[in-house]
Amino acid sequence: MCLGVPAKILETGDGDAVVELGGVRREISVMLVDDVSAGDWVIVHAGFAIERLSEEEAERTLALFREIAESDAFRNP
Amino acid sequence: MKYIDDFRDPATAKALVERIRRDAGDAPVRLMEVCGTHTVAIARGGIRPLLSGAVTMLSGPGCPVCVTPDGYIDAAIALGRERGALLASFGDMLRVPGKSSSLEKEKGNGLEVRVVYSPLDAVALAAATPDREVVFLGVGFETTAPAIGGAIRTAAKRGVGNFSVLSSVRTIPEAMGVLAADPEVRIEGFLCPAHVTVVIGSDAYRPVARRYGIPCVVAGFEPLDILLGISMLLRQKREGVARVENEYSRVATSTGNRKAQDLIRDVFVPCDTGWRGIGVIRGSGLRIADRYASFDAEVKFDAPVVFAPEASACRCGDVLKGKILPVDCPLFGKACVPEEPYGPCMVSGEGTCAAFFKYGA
Ligand code: SF4
Ligand code: SF4
Repeated sequence: MCLGVPAKILETGDGDAVVELGGVRREISVMLVDDVSAGDWVIVHAGFAIERLSEEEAERTLALFREIAESDAFRNP
Repeated sequence: MKYIDDFRDPATAKALVERIRRDAGDAPVRLMEVCGTHTVAIARGGIRPLLSGAVTMLSGPGCPVCVTPDGYIDAAIALGRERGALLASFGDMLRVPGKSSSLEKEKGNGLEVRVVYSPLDAVALAAATPDREVVFLGVGFETTAPAIGGAIRTAAKRGVGNFSVLSSVRTIPEAMGVLAADPEVRIEGFLCPAHVTVVIGSDAYRPVARRYGIPCVVAGFEPLDILLGISMLLRQKREGVARVENEYSRVATSTGNRKAQDLIRDVFVPCDTGWRGIGVIRGSGLRIADRYASFDAEVKFDAPVVFAPEASACRCGDVLKGKILPVDCPLFGKACVPEEPYGPCMVSGEGTCAAFFKYGA
């Protein structure tokens, strides 16, 4: 029940938006996030977008993962 | 789905496991994942056996369904039975045992219970059935609180007078404080819940880290998020520091979602509340503020939820506090299985006992 899932915004309306969740189009409320637009990624929980996902921060974490994979592989061949 | 698959790379997972094993000391480090979604992700990803001997993962009270006391279920059933309310609930609540029955059993006896995905669906249900009172069973943590608050505000704005909420909303940092202070639990690091943090911000754990000297790391729910979170906790331990770090920076910030916080502050007021198996934790509940009293089912029907510690053979309390593992409960897999749950931790898919039953220890 506390399942928050990432979803991409397909369309926005007045305080709500349409996302695709597990292959189903769903209307969600975006009253908790400012200025979302189509193409943005958000975390959806109980029918509400609770935050947007920062692609820049996601890339930073992924870069860190690559660094860890490379340096540790190098250390333990 | 770039932002999902990239967080599951097996080579990186292997490197992280090696790093964790290198950083762990002689005795396994006792870490607690507070959130039910982490519990499931850890079980499904087979993370426990990968780290055995280096890290012991304890599962905390992070399932709103699991910690809902039986008095709450009884109160909900009474509202349906005696006041003729139409109950609207998240699906997980249906099989949670009350003192003598559950919503599912009562549904079989004719009680009207509708499963909804969002609290807003319950408002829509009330608008569509003006001759019936619709009571939404408002359980959850800080993640769900803004959604419930949003539903109450929406009902107020649209003048939907036949909608109310039976609130059993809880807040996590207070519960973490109680567990951190418990010498029997001996937690050496908290893997903090990702989506609760999205709302409240990682700064909310600073008192726990500072006061109890326990490192806190906010981590996402993908396998690599969890492994990196654990690795960050071990690095803090090795350096002898206890601070709050955030692995889930792609969504969570240090200050959280201000809009959601303002909504919570508008609709709710902190209160003391009882947690199943744990007892009353001061300031760990959210009741509906007086200005929205007409949407508070307890006030509207003068039917307060009464908390009393459960007298049951179920050891959920000890499971939720990390004192025992589900397999240590004598009922586990015998009198208590997912099809016929004896205690709440076996009910929800995210409950610790259910996760252990499904994926093994
Ligand atoms: S029931 Fe749960 S823990 Fe239990 S969880 Fe649902 S979402 Fe989390
Ligand atoms: S196995 Fe069942 S009875 Fe035992 S603690 Fe878990 S839920 Fe409770």
